[in-house]
Amino acid sequence: MFVSYKWLANYVDLTGISPEDLAEKLTRSGIEVEGIEKRNQGISSVVVGYVVSREKHPDADKLNVCKVDVGTEGHLQIVCGAKNVDAGQKVPVALVGAKLPGGLKIKKSKLRGVESKGMICSARELGINDKLLPKEIQEGIFVLPEELEKGQSIESILGLDDAVLELSLTPNRSDCLSMIGTAYEVGAILDREVIEPTIDIQESDESIEGKVKVSIEATDECNRYMGRLIKGVTLAPSPMWLQNLLIAAGVRPINNVVDITNYVMLETGQPLHAFDYDQVPGGNIVVRKAKTGEKIVTLDDIERELDEEMLLITNGEQPIAIAGVMGGANSEVTGDTHNILLESAQFAGSSVRKTSRKLGLRSEASLRFEKEIDFHTVQKALDRAASLLAELAGGKVARGIADAHVSTPEENWVPLRMSNLNNLLGTQLGIEEVEKIFTRLSFHYKVDGELINVHAPSRRKDITREVDLIEEVARLYGYDNIPTTLPVGLNTRGALTREQGLRRIIRDIFNAMGMDEVSTYSFTRSEIIHDFASIYKESEPISLAMPMSEERSLLRINLIPHLAETAAYNLNRKQRNISIFEIGNVFITEEKNITKLPDEKMTIAGLLAGNQAEEHWGQSNIPVDFYYVKGILEGLFTRLGIKGVSYKGAEDLKGMHPGRSAQIMIQDKKVGYIGQIHPVFAQKYDIDETYVFQLDGEQILHFATAHTGMIPLPKYPEITRDIAVVVDGGVTADELRNIIEKTAGSLLESVTIFDVYTDAKLGENKKSIAVSCSYRDLEKTLIDEEVQKVHDKVVAALAQEYGAELRA
Amino acid sequence: MRERLEQLNKEALEELCHIGNSQLVQDLRVKYLGKKGRLTEILRGMGKLSAEERPIIGQLANTVRENIEQKLEEVKVAIEKKEIEAKLQRESLDVTLPGRPIQVGNRHPLTLVIEQIEDVFLGMGFTVAEGFEVEQDYYNFEALNLPKDHPARDMQDSFYITEEILMRTHTSPVQARTMEKMEGEVPVKIICPGRVYRRDNDDATHSHVFTQIEGLMVGENVRMSDLKGVLLEFAQQMFGENAGIRLRPSFFPFTEPSAEVDVTCMCGGEGCKICKNTGWIEVLGSGMVHPRVLEMAGYDSEKYTGFAFGLGVERIAMKKYDIDDIRQFYTNDLRFLKQFNRV
Repeated sequence: MFVSYKWLANYVDLTGISPEDLAEKLTRSGIEVEGIEKRNQGISSVVVGYVVSREKHPDADKLNVCKVDVGTEGHLQIVCGAKNVDAGQKVPVALVGAKLPGGLKIKKSKLRGVESKGMICSARELGINDKLLPKEIQEGIFVLPEELEKGQSIESILGLDDAVLELSLTPNRSDCLSMIGTAYEVGAILDREVIEPTIDIQESDESIEGKVKVSIEATDECNRYMGRLIKGVTLAPSPMWLQNLLIAAGVRPINNVVDITNYVMLETGQPLHAFDYDQVPGGNIVVRKAKTGEKIVTLDDIERELDEEMLLITNGEQPIAIAGVMGGANSEVTGDTHNILLESAQFAGSSVRKTSRKLGLRSEASLRFEKEIDFHTVQKALDRAASLLAELAGGKVARGIADAHVSTPEENWVPLRMSNLNNLLGTQLGIEEVEKIFTRLSFHYKVDGELINVHAPSRRKDITREVDLIEEVARLYGYDNIPTTLPVGLNTRGALTREQGLRRIIRDIFNAMGMDEVSTYSFTRSEIIHDFASIYKESEPISLAMPMSEERSLLRINLIPHLAETAAYNLNRKQRNISIFEIGNVFITEEKNITKLPDEKMTIAGLLAGNQAEEHWGQSNIPVDFYYVKGILEGLFTRLGIKGVSYKGAEDLKGMHPGRSAQIMIQDKKVGYIGQIHPVFAQKYDIDETYVFQLDGEQILHFATAHTGMIPLPKYPEITRDIAVVVDGGVTADELRNIIEKTAGSLLESVTIFDVYTDAKLGENKKSIAVSCSYRDLEKTLIDEEVQKVHDKVVAALAQEYGAELRA
Repeated sequence: MRERLEQLNKEALEELCHIGNSQLVQDLRVKYLGKKGRLTEILRGMGKLSAEERPIIGQLANTVRENIEQKLEEVKVAIEKKEIEAKLQRESLDVTLPGRPIQVGNRHPLTLVIEQIEDVFLGMGFTVAEGFEVEQDYYNFEALNLPKDHPARDMQDSFYITEEILMRTHTSPVQARTMEKMEGEVPVKIICPGRVYRRDNDDATHSHVFTQIEGLMVGENVRMSDLKGVLLEFAQQMFGENAGIRLRPSFFPFTEPSAEVDVTCMCGGEGCKICKNTGWIEVLGSGMVHPRVLEMAGYDSEKYTGFAFGLGVERIAMKKYDIDDIRQFYTNDLRFLKQFNRV
């Protein structure tokens, strides 16, 4: 809503309050002022001039030499390039020494040898938003009404001595979509009286009866419809003051009839519509819903197809307007119009909203209907507009109003208990103070002990219960004046849950291992959503009903594609070593079209590529490999106290290298996987050799255990024995370790694999694994013979189970 | 014999003066003092000496041995010192060469801010509640006093999946669910961090996904003055102990009275680029829980009151770290992420 300061001053005294003060006060009490625009963009010494004569410039085809009478200074010779300048016009003239917006200063000059003392201005040169002006005025100089006096300063004539406040209204304050509503708000803030315009309507002897008939068929969508007949109007441009106010409000002036309906809408908040009475046969108005397939050509000359939810104004047969949205071309006010049927009605907000959405037609009128207009303003606005049509368009207002209405709203009395007010706000306001605030708001009230019964005016539809009144008191009392306290008697223990705490620890661990946390979008696209194996039961992707783009139309079910894209993005920016993780939700469902909420699975995923460390002069680069990434997970599991983790080679994980990937099991439950991205998929994402892991966060948190106490340090020394065995290439390290652990029994403390290699000399498909076994007795010092006995058994078992040959 | 001993003494001391390394010191020790050394060899003739001569020569022999040993020690110490000096000389480094990179990763800046805010409220006895990113229309809107035909509920503004299910547009449904679960118990003191979704075109200041933290406190006699107190505490912990807050009346369907909350800018209120010279930055929306919201969650609104507030984590991170484009948080450029490596 654009509020002209000068216009507002018609209803409430603004003496001593600058536009800036007003903006600050409004903002601080709940109506945010987004900006203040000075209508004068920096002009001075521009006056009305009369073009006495126009002659062609002797040496320039496109220039004219004009003699201009500006009153006091006599006739000035001004060279002007505009096509539309002509003798007999009144025009804005910037005198020598004048200033124009953008710091332009007018000086005496010579144009192609002809002296020019001043400049005839266009609207744009005067800093006026010329988009709201007719096209011919946009293209040339600003031709002013003839009746203006020469030499008058242009500022007051064009209303440039004004400022416009742009209000950003919250949905509850639609009362401020009108100048009068805003005036009541300002009156409350400043504690000044609001004076509504007096409506002085001179009705003619001719009665409306028999000439206009109104009936409402759609009683849910239209509560009141009123019409007045104004005869004998003369269409003409509106007076300057009216045009100026409309321009200040951002509304285009058109002609006196349309301008008056717009002016009254802005003043009262009630949209009005003017029909050409002679195009409405018999003055018959029927408000009904449209029929399927029914059509209307609207004012913008577009044929629109209607449906049965839309509300129409008809002449009994054909539609003549889409209620609250746009009038029809068949009943439009034109240059030939003499008699006006003026509509003022209350249509249901939800109906207007739906219709304007469907048709893509939103206007100042539909906006106001959508927010529900005030029943009691319907007639006030109608009368105000009729009186102005009489005054400014020479119309005669027929006696009486054609009126149909469904119901009259009840008076709205809301009780307020003083104790509730002070308890909710933490204040100690006395009843007189509160009464004063309601008086400022122009709310009537009755006091009954500690109870104040407040009558909320019909323009303030947002006030329906006690708390609404408490808010009114609070904001006018001033939020700054409410004390600052801390809650009393509500002490509670603040702590993270176990899971929340563990999630922070997981971040700590990854950070300590050099991994950066990333945060990727939750939406993805069909081309990549199924690229990588899921760690959950297979999920149907969930689609958004109205995505912003195909690119982000599905809910993610897997974090790997997002990490791979992040890797590609960074590789493209020469970031070669990538070590990242994300903890985020994926959305899992079995339903093709969901009817219940999906499972939101907290997922932990990581991606590594490039070298293990940043390049350094003193060491060679070691690329990230499977075992580096596995080491990270082993570190994670150790730190979380997760026991019983095993890795099972997995050849069939979608998107993963068949020989370099593994399922991760904790106590025989699948919790995720680790591996290298399949080279084909790496190519798809434009990344190099890349390793990833993905874990079911819920399971990881489930298996995490707290530290259970210290294990005593050993008192007796250990004895270590190394063995190197040659086995078939397919034998896994875990298999050997298991045999050793099973055979060695309780003396075995740990098994460390310290060398693995393959060589043609070992034989076809053979490998050598070297293991160091550490033995210890917790009760006494071990002796060699005991160890040797156990160790021999281990060697024998390895030979027997896996045909392991002992190497020297 | 005396002459031989004196000769030996002289020779040995002289030879030791010219020695350059510790191995030669050892060799000379053997040569002069060893079992088969020259001193031993001379002393073999002791048997032929008279009883009077023997103690005198014996004493002389001891003196010679002591002389040589002392010299040997002196030379050895001197040589070792030289050798260590040479070694240190050889080992000296260019200390200006860069050290080996020990890599430490960073939290995402949004996580940093979330954890910081969580800690502030944990300290005030709040707990952290989490909910669903995909929500039922009921919890996202209706339970929060936004009935079905409410103008603020436009299909255009939210990512619906079906008519009843959508991506949550705020974390407020967590509040509704928590209150419902509490079944009228008090106090409720929670903050709810999480991702939320709006149908916005991504640009420098808009993102279709962003992070919100909302807070809720419900109990007997929770007052608007308490809301001011709690938010002031938050502002001072997040933005410095001299920070102040300023409340402006506003509107949210789920609170009344409602307020936008400005916090003193990091410039100390003097005015800078970040606060556009106002000295204040707009940080929070807040208010007293609307009685209808309490009633829908099963609380007696005559007995209980509460306050709620909500903030955008990206917005705070942008103000705090002077980040100019919200998309940075989701682009994950490592050159950006690696900047958040300080406390």
